[in-house]
Amino acid sequence: MSNEAPIVPVSDFETVERTEQFQRLKKRHRGFVFPLAVAFLLWYFAYVLLADYAHDFMSTRVVGNITVGLLLGLGQFVTTFAITTWYVSYANRRLDPLAEEIREDLERGVR
Amino acid sequence: MSALALAGSAAAAAETTTVGTPWLNITIFGAFVAVTLVIVLRASRNNKTAADYYAAGRSFTGPQNGTAIAGDYLSAASFLGICGAIAINGYDGFLYSIGFLVAWLVALLLVAELMRNTGKFTMADVLSFRLAQRPVRVAAATTTLVVCFFYLLAQMAGAGGLVSLLLGIDDRVGQSVVVAVVGALMIIYVLIGGMKGTTWVQIIKAALLITGAALMTVWVLALHGFNLSTLLGAAAAKGGEAVLDPGLQYGLTDITRLDFLSLALALVLGTAGLPHVLMRFYTVPTAKEARRSVVWAIWLIGLFYLFTLVLGYGAGALIGADAIKAAPGGVNSAAPLLAFELGGPVLLGIISAIAFATILAVVAGLTITAATSFSHDVYASVIKKGNTAPGAEVRVARITVVVIGIVAIIGGIGVQGQNVAFLVALAFAVAASANLPTILYSLFWRRFSTRGALWSMYGGLGSAIILIAFSPVVSGSETAMIQGVDFHWFPLNNPGIVSIPLGFLLGWLGTITSSKLENPAIAAEMEVRSLTGHGAEGATPH
Repeated sequence: MSNEAPIVPVSDFETVERTEQFQRLKKRHRGFVFPLAVAFLLWYFAYVLLADYAHDFMSTRVVGNITVGLLLGLGQFVTTFAITTWYVSYANRRLDPLAEEIREDLERGVR
Repeated sequence: MSALALAGSAAAAAETTTVGTPWLNITIFGAFVAVTLVIVLRASRNNKTAADYYAAGRSFTGPQNGTAIAGDYLSAASFLGICGAIAINGYDGFLYSIGFLVAWLVALLLVAELMRNTGKFTMADVLSFRLAQRPVRVAAATTTLVVCFFYLLAQMAGAGGLVSLLLGIDDRVGQSVVVAVVGALMIIYVLIGGMKGTTWVQIIKAALLITGAALMTVWVLALHGFNLSTLLGAAAAKGGEAVLDPGLQYGLTDITRLDFLSLALALVLGTAGLPHVLMRFYTVPTAKEARRSVVWAIWLIGLFYLFTLVLGYGAGALIGADAIKAAPGGVNSAAPLLAFELGGPVLLGIISAIAFATILAVVAGLTITAATSFSHDVYASVIKKGNTAPGAEVRVARITVVVIGIVAIIGGIGVQGQNVAFLVALAFAVAASANLPTILYSLFWRRFSTRGALWSMYGGLGSAIILIAFSPVVSGSETAMIQGVDFHWFPLNNPGIVSIPLGFLLGWLGTITSSKLENPAIAAEMEVRSLTGHGAEGATPH
């Protein structure tokens, strides 16, 4: 992969990587996706364990034939859609402009 | 996933109606094939370079690619399998769809954009970026081919059963002919259309599948006053209150509970390691479009799984678990039976044609992924060491398509009548054990080394396959693949709970024990490129 002649010499990527700008991008990216990934996985496995081992609780009828289990399951859909929307708006606002700046600098050969 | 086997319901339904029904089904299939072939032919005019053939010239938009991802992902297992599982096992069937959906967050947050920025055509491009090229590429190509092969075999077996019964052919020779026809059609699509043609087939199929499911969902809801609780009540009245509660399928013993946990782990971590899903990220021009693709995919797939909840309980309420189980296709006949119940032979024909289109599109996506991996990773990068003559790589890819198509036909004929439903779950387990650890480590862990990658990939792959070989799905249970002998010692049907942590552990262990450090300059390059998109290949101008 690295054989396709980058615009900057290979050794310079270490310099780019050390810039405050790049470190900020990396921190923003990881600071957002890591906690969120941990959170949704915990929520998913909490749900799976409940469905697997807490049958009585999950079978509780809330309204009519709607059970706690069904509501929590639909809750997984809701959180998935919400996290998707949240991440996209975060990436558009906070990640893309910064990444674009660094990329343009790289392509102009500023560094 | 129990899927794919036979939608024999259709045959049963056909017998109860006029003789004309199989011909109606054939006509609808034929129309789908004709329309998609024309589109594939038109799309293939610009297939010149490797980027055209493997990655559709990176010219698809996010929404188009997202629809194609949904087309690739919503296999017959999702449609027939999940509807049937909910119809018979109620709530436990619903659990599948949640794992399949939540898994997309792993792809969205951790994998899609960074992969798009650092790779060109295959998963191995990313994994070998800063590690030793040849061994890592060979390992990544191996896991890619294994996952594709398992998935492909499951789809082909399903195709034979489904289509044969819909067309009223139920002898072995006739089924084999149908498998061969499906395989031949798939070869034509992929050979001529490349990634562009395959993508269009998937887009059309996704649109048909989601529209068909939406139509039936509204219909079922209308019959129950647009009240979910009423529908659930009707399902419970027919199948017993237990269909609303968890545990009907997995709550039997401690082993089945553990098995479910294992499956849940494989589902949520497998998706982001499925090679045919990863490859779709290269068909868009930028990482931002890759992100939009996943967003579209998540909405479409999520919506579809909500439909299957209604369809599954609808089949339970209107047809009943006993009637579904008694139909020739068993569990998988729930959706076709429901279609027949609602809209008679015409809707049955349409839904069956959609199921057929589903199999064809998924098989085509798997084949182009496997062929790309072989020609790009094994032939061009390892055998020819990057010095291929112009056009040679794509030529090898085309030959590989034919070879894989023939292997799939032979395999599909060979497994007729076998219980191969576990193959899809196994493909997810292998993807989660062998692919995902290495993908995450190489994207996020600077120190990750070649040894770590090799241990993780071969260890994850090997352990998943060994455990399944000695599990009850292969021997020692009533539904086992091999009857009459019992050599199983692993109690679970899904190896994920052991093989996935093992894959992660081996990647870590291999890295901390290797004395040879990888080149820090290339690691820096990979990090910068993955986050900024610098140097990523854009769309091919035509």
